[in-house]
Amino acid sequence: MAETRYTKDHEYIRIEGDTAVVGITDYAQSQLGDVVFVELPEIGKSVGKGDEAAVVESVKAASEVYAPVSGEVTAVNSALEASPGTVNEDPLGSGWFVKLRISDASELSGLMSEDEYKAFVSTLS
Amino acid sequence: MLNRQGRPTAPGAAAAAGPSTFTGNKALQQEEPLLFEIGRYDVTGVDLDEPEAFAPRLGGLERTDGIGLPGLSEPETMRHFVRLSQKNYGIDTGLFPLGSCTMKHNPRLNERMARLPGFADVHPLQPVSTVQGALELMNELGRWLRELTGMTAVALSPKAGAHGELCGMMAIKAAIEAKGEGATRRTVLVPDSAHGTNPATAALIQFDVKPVPVREDGTVDPEVVRALAGPDTAAIMLTNPNTCGLFEKDVVAIAEAVHAAGGYFYCDGANYNAIVGKARPGDLGVDAMHINLHKTFSTPHGGGGPGSGPVVLSERLAAFAPVPFVRMDGAGFDLVEDEEGTDAFGRITAFHGQMGMYVRALSYMLSHGADGCRQASEDAVLNANYVRARLADLMSLPFGNRACMHEVLFDDAWLKDTGVTTLDFAKAMIDEGYHPMTVYFPLVVHGAMLIEPTESESRASLDLFIATLRDLALAAKRGDAERFTGAPYHAPRRRLDETRAARTPVLRWTPPAPIRDAAE
Amino acid sequence: MRYLPLSDTDRQDMLAAIGARSIDELFADIPADKLMRALPDLPRRKSELEVERILSRMAGKNVPASAAPFFVGAGAYKHHVPATVDHLIQRSEFLTSYTPYQPEIAQGTLQYLFEFQTQVAALTGMEVANASMYDGSTACGEAVLMAHRVTKRRKAVLSGGLHPHYADVVRTLSKMAGDEVVTLAPDVTASEDLLAAVDSGVSCVVVQTPDVFGNLRDLRKLSEKCRETGALLIAVFTEVVSLGLVTPPGAMGADIVVGEGQSIGNALNFGGPYVGLFAAKQKYVRQMPGRLCGETVDADGTRGFVLTLSTREQHIRRDKATSNICTNSGLCALAFTIHMTLLGQEGLARLARINHANAVKLADMLSGVKGVEVLNGAFFNEFTLRLSRPAAAVVERLAEQGVMAGVPVSRLLPKAGLDDLLIVANTEINTDEDRAALVAALKGVL
Repeated sequence: MAETRYTKDHEYIRIEGDTAVVGITDYAQSQLGDVVFVELPEIGKSVGKGDEAAVVESVKAASEVYAPVSGEVTAVNSALEASPGTVNEDPLGSGWFVKLRISDASELSGLMSEDEYKAFVSTLS
Repeated sequence: MLNRQGRPTAPGAAAAAGPSTFTGNKALQQEEPLLFEIGRYDVTGVDLDEPEAFAPRLGGLERTDGIGLPGLSEPETMRHFVRLSQKNYGIDTGLFPLGSCTMKHNPRLNERMARLPGFADVHPLQPVSTVQGALELMNELGRWLRELTGMTAVALSPKAGAHGELCGMMAIKAAIEAKGEGATRRTVLVPDSAHGTNPATAALIQFDVKPVPVREDGTVDPEVVRALAGPDTAAIMLTNPNTCGLFEKDVVAIAEAVHAAGGYFYCDGANYNAIVGKARPGDLGVDAMHINLHKTFSTPHGGGGPGSGPVVLSERLAAFAPVPFVRMDGAGFDLVEDEEGTDAFGRITAFHGQMGMYVRALSYMLSHGADGCRQASEDAVLNANYVRARLADLMSLPFGNRACMHEVLFDDAWLKDTGVTTLDFAKAMIDEGYHPMTVYFPLVVHGAMLIEPTESESRASLDLFIATLRDLALAAKRGDAERFTGAPYHAPRRRLDETRAARTPVLRWTPPAPIRDAAE
Repeated sequence: MRYLPLSDTDRQDMLAAIGARSIDELFADIPADKLMRALPDLPRRKSELEVERILSRMAGKNVPASAAPFFVGAGAYKHHVPATVDHLIQRSEFLTSYTPYQPEIAQGTLQYLFEFQTQVAALTGMEVANASMYDGSTACGEAVLMAHRVTKRRKAVLSGGLHPHYADVVRTLSKMAGDEVVTLAPDVTASEDLLAAVDSGVSCVVVQTPDVFGNLRDLRKLSEKCRETGALLIAVFTEVVSLGLVTPPGAMGADIVVGEGQSIGNALNFGGPYVGLFAAKQKYVRQMPGRLCGETVDADGTRGFVLTLSTREQHIRRDKATSNICTNSGLCALAFTIHMTLLGQEGLARLARINHANAVKLADMLSGVKGVEVLNGAFFNEFTLRLSRPAAAVVERLAEQGVMAGVPVSRLLPKAGLDDLLIVANTEINTDEDRAALVAALKGVL
């Protein structure tokens, strides 16, 4: 099974070979509420770790989606533009945002494992 | 002849919940279609005679597309908009405790004065010699604002509070650039409790926003400001009284900290109505502050504007005020409209600002006088504290049960495990005939409920409001969640689907496709 | 005090209920040395009658437009507003309501905003319009910022026919935001070469039609050039009645249309409050400033309206908002909507024809006056005269004689060397007698 890591800003990154799928966690989507708009980057854009990779908006809130690691955008989930609600329904699956070609795999080690992220979320709210 | 035919004159058994109506109307509550659905393209409610034949000089730019806007006759127009008005809640309807928005009584004298032809029917560019009374009024309003705030100068032209912020911050930027520090002083300190307009304004003119955390008691710590302020600090934007309904008790030390670092103190004056006649921003170290005439001085909110946001300025900033401004010129008044030869930072609007609002505000000030202005502030603070004291046992106060200014802030800790949210509670207030308080603002407390009763409420009105909130609070704690989660039940509309509105925006009416097309 | 319901007994009882000994205990957070002991040095309260006397005396020193033959325009216009409009906007539920944050009890405001947006979009020939801005000039400033966001370029080109106050607002905003502005020289006869000023570094071109000198401008070639270079065409108008008769900017390829809506429904008010109109192509809607009202349904499935796409706005985005704007111009937008509803397309088109016919008539009359030259080819209800004497002095002389002749260009452009130019507006309010009075007075001083 592909490995998934998490950030404190509630992005996840799922490693699939040398590319990675980035989205927001179930906790993040529940905090935002009904997602109504997603702004995606251009394919080919280079992003540094912590740079804004996408924007996700609900009715009453907006949030940046930061790149968990540095890399180049190889694909975006343009289906979200027509049906942003997918982010609420299936955040870890069909509600993904971007795919990255990772430029520095060592950056992954600074991210949280699933258990660590669960523990982190339990300290919130 | 006597009428011998009687009829039932007591409600009797028929009084139970009635059947739904054919029209969908509920007696006085009338459904009203969009004007485009009832209008006709060949109807007009204005009688105009066609001009005599003439040769147009439009250079071949005649409109040919038919515009596409139907009209209504005068009686239809009247009925359409009266029915719409009846779906709105206003201050005249009932208590409107919208925190930070100051929904106080709007005296109709102000409306009458603003409609005097000498104010309403004068053009901004007619000769200055023919508008001496208008300039006198602007000068007099400026005098009142300067005297009340203890500041040196005033820029009247900003069109609303956020526009006033922009004006004040532009003056600060101009002053910084005049000192040759434009390249280095680029940071603006903004407390987390600030209105969203503050960081938006700073960012708009290329300042970097540095957030200032709010301490446990809901106010800003001068030590934190001192630590954050430095040679890069352009200004602090501090709301005082702040959005938690508290007076920043260390405001003087905060001002000193920012001034010591070479920065300026911008005060968001949205809540100035709490301290008129009690304290002068000029004595507290403020360099610039906007005043929402539509809050503090009761020009009507009008469903979201027009507002008016004059900015008072300290000695250090006075010279940078934008054009136009009024100047005494021998026997009369002159209007300086050209920035050349002045240090004005520029112009922020066409013409001279919101004259109609100036008249209303001055009418309000003259009516109150210095004594009434102070009394109004005291009553506003008294009313808010009365609400606080009578609800403190049921609802939770994030900063403890201490005196507040003109508004009292509750959080949602007391709703924990009731299944009722701040939003639900607000919607249940609608069913009780109240406009909800401000909810989910400020962001620094969870599930915020910000109540500003204003000085316009009588004690009886407050007592009924308090009793209602107590009844609702007890119901929530009792587990009567249905009263809240489905609310409002009795408003012109139930809860609206904002998700749908945002996912598939429909921002204008479009004519339905002709039926013939659909059939083909 | 007539606005304050609390009696002294109430105040004492309430202080007791709070547990405070005095009102100043509630102000204890104000540093003791800053708490005002004496009242401000300003007059004491006044009765309604006294206030009326004071303000009426000030108002009486001004000459209202209705008291003289009146030809003053250049961005604000005297039109007849039906009595119905002023009655309806003073309905309590409109006048004393707030921004519709609780849509269930603000459907009145929300529905008229939806109607307003529809009317503005139709008039301008655009796909979407917002729920209004402060006024035309600030809408113009916001349009330039929006163009910068869309194009990711930061250089605006301003036509020499743009109202000088509008140009000043854009320049001030741009200077503060660190953006570049190129302003073309005052263009009295609409003969500037805007096409030459547009290249691939330009974010937007701002052109007014009818322009400040009254000229109508065909924007089609310019919109083509903009499309080729990736710049946005921002069309501006200050006389919205013109849209009843003249090809709308949307039909000429404009990307953003902004203007002043005062002429419909709103009084002159010495310059404000007015109502800014802001329309754009649908694809730019998320970059638009200001409030937007949208259609939806409620929990019972009944149609209703809400403010929408508010994540663009300052209360959510804070320093990343599209604009710092919070208020719109609600009540002025309502006045616009009511007046526009009364007019309908029939009435508006006829009103526009009357304005144009009157202006043509006046231009012909003035052409025959010695020392007067009409400079415009195509115009709507306003044109520019070249006089044989400085216009400002002529205007003053005529004002003394009870004729309001127009706006001297030197008032708007003090050092442009255009002191002999006078901008004259002529609307439906002007009668044949008014026009004859203006012609006679001009003959007398030239």
